Amino acid sequence: MDIGLTHYLVLAVLLFGIGLYGALSRRHAIVILMCIELMLNAANIMLVAFSKYTAYHQFDGQALVMFCFVVAAAEVSVGLAIIITFYRRRKNIDIRDVNLLKW
Amino acid sequence: MNLDMLRPEICLAVTAVAVIAVDLFCRIKWLVNITSVAGLLASICMALLLIGNSEQSIGNGLFILDNYAIYFKLLFLGIALLVILASTDYVKRLPKLHGEFHALLLTATLGAMLTAAAHDIIAMLLSIELTAISLYALVAMLKNTKSNESAVKYILLGAVNSAVLLFGLALIFGFSGSTSFTTIAAAVSTIQVGNIADHAGLLFGLVLTLAGFAFKIAAVPFHMWAPDVYEGAPTPITLFLSTVSKIAGLSILMRFMLTAFIQTDSLINNLGIILAIVSALTMTAGNLIAITQHNIKRLLAYSSIAQSGYMLIVVAVAAIGLHSAASISNLLYYLVAFAIAEVAVFSVIIIASRNADMDDISDYAGLAKRSPLLACAMTLGLLSLMGLPPLAGFMGKFFVFSQAAQNGLLWLVLIAVVNSVISAYYYLKIVRTIWMDAPASADAVKTSLAPKLALLISCTGILLLGILPALLNKAAEWGSFLALWN
Repeated sequence: MDIGLTHYLVLAVLLFGIGLYGALSRRHAIVILMCIELMLNAANIMLVAFSKYTAYHQFDGQALVMFCFVVAAAEVSVGLAIIITFYRRRKNIDIRDVNLLKW
Repeated sequence: MNLDMLRPEICLAVTAVAVIAVDLFCRIKWLVNITSVAGLLASICMALLLIGNSEQSIGNGLFILDNYAIYFKLLFLGIALLVILASTDYVKRLPKLHGEFHALLLTATLGAMLTAAAHDIIAMLLSIELTAISLYALVAMLKNTKSNESAVKYILLGAVNSAVLLFGLALIFGFSGSTSFTTIAAAVSTIQVGNIADHAGLLFGLVLTLAGFAFKIAAVPFHMWAPDVYEGAPTPITLFLSTVSKIAGLSILMRFMLTAFIQTDSLINNLGIILAIVSALTMTAGNLIAITQHNIKRLLAYSSIAQSGYMLIVVAVAAIGLHSAASISNLLYYLVAFAIAEVAVFSVIIIASRNADMDDISDYAGLAKRSPLLACAMTLGLLSLMGLPPLAGFMGKFFVFSQAAQNGLLWLVLIAVVNSVISAYYYLKIVRTIWMDAPASADAVKTSLAPKLALLISCTGILLLGILPALLNKAAEWGSFLALWN
């Protein structure tokens, strides 16, 4: 069986779904960040697959993936910094404790 | 490449770096403020010099220079200048973060300016993220429990949102074959009502992308982050979030929609109906929840959500009335009126909380007896947000509502008018507290020159635009020219 575009798309959608489910259901802030990484990487897989298997403008998608790496790294580093300050204050990173501000 | 057309942005980026250097090597802290204000003024001059250039793409189609982009650049630079002026006293509460505060504010403004000019998926994603990541750090800057908590909420939800946005953009890229808005438009134009099933991937991508924009402007199903983040963030950043960040989201939503959907009448009309429903839900939810609030920043957050609803009326009209230039110029007018009113109200809150948070509405009891000028400014801002004639907010609402009524959205206008009446209740509640209640202390609220200047500019703007709307109308009509097919 040849591996084609469809296989990559199915993989990407599955990864994205798993990531979104995890981000919405997990309580540990670091695990949520990991799930967000899964979602971003699902999009990256999709971009590379489209670049490879469609004829036009091959490098646009791959260039976008490079930029996505940078954006994801910046986002996670700021996120980890904020989570560390949260940990220093509360001594845990359970997002059920994020309950000071509501309604 | 003609990168020289990006002079305002380059100037702002250099200023941001210079601010960090000044903060690092120089002990005189007010030099940081001077540097950032000078950089913003230089950038404004360069943006003004761009007026009159023909429409052209910058950097091989990554960005575009048109009247619409220049108008938004000037708007963002102006608001950023007022925010920095208003917060000269407030930043003393962030002793070691003086330089970072200004530098990140400048990069966030830079991101917003690039967002308004983006004409390509890559450029759009990077500019949106530049604003968002700068703001994540700024929200956390106060280092107390509330600020920390709102930063955690903002970054986790914001990161999920950017992943959803990226996934949508990846689908659009895959099924249209290009990252350029123009080529995407050509691909979208092949969708008809009859063959929607063949284009499910592209449509799914568009839906995810629109959801990403809706998060940025805090439209209803995606608005829950806004009150929490606005309440915990440092007050100047709350002002920045509710003006620059939201307007940047709106500018790209408008450009993306009008560019990508321009050739598909049936699709854009259906989209217009959906946007009208979202708009009605947004203003109703914002106004109804605002009534019950006691914290002034939280109340203004819900009021700002409701204002997003009014702005979405224009976007819906633009979609249904097929991108008429008049509806875009209404949006541009409304945005300026909204921004200066927000600046006036928030500047007073920023001035009042120079030493400690003054977030409860009761903290402002009898402000009129303590500092009559501040009370007048805040009242002007609140009444303009409410839409009372002869203030700027009234003219903004008048243009928006009459345009919507002419384009067959009378039901939406009725809902909006009822909502304006509801909003009068909570705006006037604050006004009553300021003027009628007894003050807790008789001391005047201390202010220095720069915040007064910000207040003066915004209050003059509110009065001037209300009495002489033609002043800005010309500019808004000029700014409503989008380069649609470059």
